[in-house]
Amino acid sequence: MAAPRKGSQGRAGLIFGDLWEFDPAPETADPKLKARYDLFINGEFVRPRSGKTFDSINPANEQKLAEIALAGAADVDRAYQAATKAFKGWSALPGRERGKYIFRIARLLQDRAREFAVAETMDGGKPIKESRDFDVPMAAAHFFYHAGWADKLAYVAPGRGVAPLGVVGQVIPWNFPLLMLAWKLAPALAMGNCVVLKPAETTSVTALKLAEILQDAGLPPGVVNLVTGAGETGAAVMGHPAAAKVAFTGSTEVGKRIMRQLAGTDRRMTMELGGKAANIVFDDAPIDQAVEGIVNGIFFNQGHVCCAGSRLLVHEPVAERVIAKLKNRIRVLRVGDPLDKNTDLGAINSREQLSRITRLVASGVREGAVKYQPPCMLPKKGFYFPPTLFTHVTQSHRIAREEIFGPVLSILTFRTVDEAIEKANNTPYGLSAGVWTDKGSRILRMSTELKAGVVWANTFNRFDPSSPFGGYKESGFGREGGRQGLLDYARLA
Amino acid sequence: MLPRSPHAAHARLLDEVGGVDQVGIEERVAKFTTRSIKKAAKVWGLNLAVSMTDLTTLEGKDTPGKIESLCRKAISPHDDLVVPKVAAVCVYPSMVRAAKSHVAGTGVKVASVATAFPSGQTHLRTRLAEVRGAVSDGADEVDMVINRGAFLAGEFTRVQDEISSVVEACGAAALKVILEVSELETFDNIRAASFLAMGVLRPGDFIKTSTGKTTLNATLGNNQVMIEAIRDFYLDTGIAIGMKPAGGIKTAKQSLQFLIAVKETLGDAWLTNKRYRFGASSLLNDLLRQLEKEKTGAYQAPYYFSEAAESY
Repeated sequence: MAAPRKGSQGRAGLIFGDLWEFDPAPETADPKLKARYDLFINGEFVRPRSGKTFDSINPANEQKLAEIALAGAADVDRAYQAATKAFKGWSALPGRERGKYIFRIARLLQDRAREFAVAETMDGGKPIKESRDFDVPMAAAHFFYHAGWADKLAYVAPGRGVAPLGVVGQVIPWNFPLLMLAWKLAPALAMGNCVVLKPAETTSVTALKLAEILQDAGLPPGVVNLVTGAGETGAAVMGHPAAAKVAFTGSTEVGKRIMRQLAGTDRRMTMELGGKAANIVFDDAPIDQAVEGIVNGIFFNQGHVCCAGSRLLVHEPVAERVIAKLKNRIRVLRVGDPLDKNTDLGAINSREQLSRITRLVASGVREGAVKYQPPCMLPKKGFYFPPTLFTHVTQSHRIAREEIFGPVLSILTFRTVDEAIEKANNTPYGLSAGVWTDKGSRILRMSTELKAGVVWANTFNRFDPSSPFGGYKESGFGREGGRQGLLDYARLA
Repeated sequence: MLPRSPHAAHARLLDEVGGVDQVGIEERVAKFTTRSIKKAAKVWGLNLAVSMTDLTTLEGKDTPGKIESLCRKAISPHDDLVVPKVAAVCVYPSMVRAAKSHVAGTGVKVASVATAFPSGQTHLRTRLAEVRGAVSDGADEVDMVINRGAFLAGEFTRVQDEISSVVEACGAAALKVILEVSELETFDNIRAASFLAMGVLRPGDFIKTSTGKTTLNATLGNNQVMIEAIRDFYLDTGIAIGMKPAGGIKTAKQSLQFLIAVKETLGDAWLTNKRYRFGASSLLNDLLRQLEKEKTGAYQAPYYFSEAAESY
């Protein structure tokens, strides 16, 4: 190639200004919300015996969305009774009959996809393009996939028979309310279990809207029961003696508490907990696509992703280039109204989460890491946080060790493959990891040596119902999705 | 031995400019298609696309009469005078004089394809003579094709030297270098060829996807590979090269998606016809149709828009 000619070497910059401002493009479908949502027990909506309610607010504008029933211990007990009663009939149904119900749920969800997407966005704050293109279609896909298994259970464990466990207690988080619900419900139902499920207190709405679909699908009463509330309700669901198994997705701290609570019982458990995933970029990686993967890894759903690629490990020879490109890339991310179809980063789920992110970011600055945030205008009302990069981060920084669960990326560098592996594994977590390289053999080695449940190669945050998902170490145990996920809801005979 | 082989040259070039992951690039461009452009932003984008159009006719049956109608359309695309002129008309060398006589003084430029378009399979001296002829007939811009045979054989110096010679033959005329992406086949090759061309171009020259004469022309994917190459080259050298996707962009919606890619990759400085063009013919009337719809709220029948460049 010819030698570079005279020019303003190194000083040229790109202008991402206001030359072509996009007009607001709000999604206008009606989310069909009710002013008040009751508990869903034994196939119908019932007032809570506790007599209490709480408000669900829209984190994008802090306005009240709906009033939600607060389930007390008596309500949880009632839900377990309904589930226990329903179990006999439901588990005795031939698999193909159970499959029909699950197929029906999947199709009804697809029919109402836009409505659910808008409700999910208003309730949780995620951008409409994500709830429309990821959460809702993926939730439907999980129901379809497991509906397909229902009449093929004889093949789940070749040579062994499988039987359902009984009543399963499930508690799910607020980051993917509908999708996590689908991950939990679909395999449990396909296998013939009955369910008592508690959604997160900040995001109960789409679960209760799904209860309407369960009614429309004609699901027998008591097979699925939804109890809403906060930590106390969750503890009642997890600790109820009628539960044959509990499944929890949420923070490692709460997961440990549940495990302590259930220690010494014969309760089966699956735990899908926190993460601090390493996204590892080697010098031979296609840089622009790696940058895209990094962005997708940490800014997807405002970073409220347990498998988010929150630690970027970048090979020293390309570190400067990767960081420069990353900075340019995040300048064009659009932060704002989650209902706008052009929004890339929506609202932080709650005031509490926003203050946690703010606190951890402040600790990063205090401990000497260098912060970069692109100029962006945040809405005045609502909970928002700009996309944030930290460079000069070391292994001992809090922002490199603790799960931030927000749009904050900690960037570390490495020199050799061994160093990358060591740094990646130097965390109590082990949920996911990403490897970016053109070299196939290196991908295979890394995927063997990284202690993470999922290792993505040259991509990040890719999911499929047939692919098992779950953690190592303090990221939990048990798998969701695929044959392995199904087996976690079965007794082998 | 090995380092001298064409394969080694290819490996070295790829190593220098970096590779492209196909799945990743396709994921990236899919995001452009979900952008929702409304109201004033839409009108602004549509007008910008009109002003970036190289209104093209490249057919064996072209005549001075056809060129006259093309030029009139280029100068006033629509009876609504708010709509801007197109950037240029793009014709064969034999039509340059006719085109020039119609657009002289209007601000619409005359671009001529040259260098044995579309295959380029003739002697370099013949190709250069064609360029000189087009320029002396009044072409403001020249669209050349690269020697794909030489590129695929690993003769990169030859490819680059030939482009250099054409730059020289162009004189004051701007040059657009057609890579013919469908014949290079891989995104790696498209990126490498972009750098080969940019290495000898002048600020204000362009790289261009296709001739429009093969099966696959401009796509968001190969546009993205090329504008990322332009961006990297600009950040390294300070030399701003323009981009022209050509062929296959037929709808206003498509053109807006390409412009969003430009806005989010190269930034505001490329949202001008000095640095970005569309090589198209049927695109223009769809842009006008959408502009009319934004104004009146209703779609007009196709016969309300004058035809001057039907087919590609």
